[in-house]
Amino acid sequence: MSILDKVRALLGEAAVLEQAAPGGIPRIAPGSPDAVALLLATAHREGWRIRIEGAGTWLQGDSPADLAITTRRLDRVPAIEPQDLTATVEAGIGLDQLRQQLADRGAWLALDPPGLAGRTVGSIVASATAGPLRQGFGPVKDHLLGVTFVTGDGRMVQSGGRVMKNVAGYDLTRLQAGGFGAFGVIVLVHLRLRALPRADVTHLLEGPREDLTQVAEDIAAAGLTPAALELVSPALARREQWVLAVRLAGSPALVSADETGLGAATAGRFTALRAEEAHAFWMRLAEGFAVRPVTFRIGAVPAASDEMLDLLQHQVGDEWVSATPAAGAIRWTGDTTVDRLQRLRRTLAGLEVPLTLERAPWGTRSAVGHFGAYREGVGPLVAGLRHTFDPGSALVVATEGE
Amino acid sequence: MTTPALAQDLAGIVGERHVRTARAERVTYSMDGLPTHRRLPDVVVLPGTREELIAVVRLLATLGISFVPRGAGTGLSGGALAGGGAVLLVLTRLNRILRVDAENRMAVVEPGVVNAKLSAATRPHGLHYAPDPSSQSACTIGGNVAENAGGPHCLKYGVTANHVLALEVVLADGQVVDLGSPGGEPGGGGPDLVGLFVGSEGNFGIATKIAVRLTPLPRAVRTLLADFGSLRAAGEGVSGVIAAGIVPAALEMMDQSCIRAVEDSVYAAGYPRDAAAVLLVELDGHDAGAVTAEADAVAALLSAAGARTIRTAADEAERERLWQGRKKAFGAMGRLSRDLVVQDAVVPRSALPDVLERIAAIAARHNLVVSNVFHAGDGNLHPNISFDATDEAVRARVEIASGEIMAACIAAGGTITGEHGVGLDKLRYMPLIFDAESLGAMHAVRRVFDPDERVNPGKVVPLHACREWSRGAGSRERGAA
Repeated sequence: MSILDKVRALLGEAAVLEQAAPGGIPRIAPGSPDAVALLLATAHREGWRIRIEGAGTWLQGDSPADLAITTRRLDRVPAIEPQDLTATVEAGIGLDQLRQQLADRGAWLALDPPGLAGRTVGSIVASATAGPLRQGFGPVKDHLLGVTFVTGDGRMVQSGGRVMKNVAGYDLTRLQAGGFGAFGVIVLVHLRLRALPRADVTHLLEGPREDLTQVAEDIAAAGLTPAALELVSPALARREQWVLAVRLAGSPALVSADETGLGAATAGRFTALRAEEAHAFWMRLAEGFAVRPVTFRIGAVPAASDEMLDLLQHQVGDEWVSATPAAGAIRWTGDTTVDRLQRLRRTLAGLEVPLTLERAPWGTRSAVGHFGAYREGVGPLVAGLRHTFDPGSALVVATEGE
Repeated sequence: MTTPALAQDLAGIVGERHVRTARAERVTYSMDGLPTHRRLPDVVVLPGTREELIAVVRLLATLGISFVPRGAGTGLSGGALAGGGAVLLVLTRLNRILRVDAENRMAVVEPGVVNAKLSAATRPHGLHYAPDPSSQSACTIGGNVAENAGGPHCLKYGVTANHVLALEVVLADGQVVDLGSPGGEPGGGGPDLVGLFVGSEGNFGIATKIAVRLTPLPRAVRTLLADFGSLRAAGEGVSGVIAAGIVPAALEMMDQSCIRAVEDSVYAAGYPRDAAAVLLVELDGHDAGAVTAEADAVAALLSAAGARTIRTAADEAERERLWQGRKKAFGAMGRLSRDLVVQDAVVPRSALPDVLERIAAIAARHNLVVSNVFHAGDGNLHPNISFDATDEAVRARVEIASGEIMAACIAAGGTITGEHGVGLDKLRYMPLIFDAESLGAMHAVRRVFDPDERVNPGKVVPLHACREWSRGAGSRERGAA
């Protein structure tokens, strides 16, 4: 009996999305969290190797496996609670669809991750890819109240809950946020929402990078609280020069005060975008990270942001770069080699700056790893956790590299 | 090994003065802030340096002896109690602020640094450490990390987990590992083990150095006190503010029993004694005009929900007085009776009015005094039961009522603890919110960090309710590495 026949017998014909996805392997779309658990339990028993996919718009679907599981049929939204500003969503829902449903209820998920609009919530959580809104609203983990995930041997585990604060038991949600699927397949996510901002404006300033870095520092020193404060390379911004983009979102009173403060702190040098221009600017920026072969992020202390940008320019170029300088977060995209990535990671490690590989073809991913080598003592802990949540090594995820 | 022999070995590391074996000295450490649990440790040891702490952990690993880390002992879940031969490791002497990096808005501290002292030390830089538990004048940052502590201002600024950047940790076997990084990458070059460690209640090891994020002090602050004729109206006022998209720095509620206890104490804040509930709302930001506009919007929403009067603190002295009443409410409730159980649960914010009524009905049914003072903006309830623990019948009623309150919160979609932790006290409720598989997963994770389960044994995860996972998986991997 072939793998495909066994899957059909387990989940029915409807679950088989494609008989041969890239690599010649079947692509299966379970229709419920229980179906994911059943499939992974079987995979564990049978020794099948599993590739995890969302909508297929972010990480390249090219890892060697016997079977691809996509979460794209897990696209229901069991609950949106605008009064409580929480939502429970299945992992396969696209962010664009979710945003619309939330907006209809006056709610907002303050995440603007890189990638195409239809990228799944599960993908965003698993890779912990926050975008420019991280400046005002924190990393991906700050938006999570809980997750339900299925382990590599088919166990369904709940973590966290649906309420704003929760310290009942260990916080396994944090392990899943940014775990790249190495600790299980996320099937359900409980999200913390915000009220849809009543005012939301974007201002841009173009200029040499060094100049804009100083302006960003002036804005922080003025005590302003922008939702986003992003330094974007000319190619990525599609402008002649580097761009500093400031997004202000919240109540009209707060946004108006911040606009006044911005003008005062920067001698009125910024230009306000019209709403549709602002939407297009941020969307293009997000999409810009999904079209080139390699995307990675690095995390430095804020004061080192400029030095990090110099380092990137020197080692891998800075054509496609976006930075959140006040948070010390920089994202790079482009084409580069395994050698260069490994050299860059080594250099950064010496400065205590981690490099997380977000997307790359399998050959690069498997050689470099999402995380690379761990610091002393951490590797055995991660290995122990991986073994706990995927005892048969069914989930094909390149965490450490070679 | 006998206790005197162990004490002698420990004294060899930390000095004789810092090992306590006399019963009178050990009794001090037999409770935390919760009066319903008591365990007398055989030995208490107080290391004074990071090196001493690591040496103590290594000695205990060699001897295979369990240990319990403890900060200031202000916890409210019986989490820092050591019994059954476990050594109590008190960390209050590790109280140095190692570094304040104002440019990058961060600080590195030892675990015994008192929460409020860190904010005091960073105030000259225009910064503070935002999580502010009510016990902040005594509780330690290490304890805050273990419990993932919250506080009134966590509504806007987030709980401890949102403020810890990196940790140096000594594991149960004495190995020292660095987790996280001070920069803008939560995992610090791997999965988010810092996030996993925070709130693990000491089960994963002891944080020996803690890097925390500092937050700029707000330039403008407005503090409002609104009073209501019913708990329901106050609860609806909370929902109205949150749904309007306004995020106050703090949004706290006190009921009549609590108000009267405060007003009868030295902490009297001028709360109206006839109110069924008051809301203390604080708004802050960098622009006075914007903060005033938001405060006006909040006042309008609270009026619409039925607030009888709304008072704005005219100056810093009045603001401090209003806050003192809130922060010292637990102390003031000590006047109501001999003992106090401070409960902790979280519900969806929209469920607050219904759940408060259910709690009142439970209290009435068991003939108990329950006072509510809590973080309403987060839906984080603290129903406090005043009682006399020497009366066995009353104690039994308190236990039953506590269980019924937890059940009511769970039925409303909530959880059993928002900031106090599970410890010993909430172990019995864990199976009500997690199935056997999920509890088994937690147990398995604990064994990755501590294969022999020697750190703070018997806390957080009720072993009898766990489904078995591959036992020893973690330890095998670690041993092989």
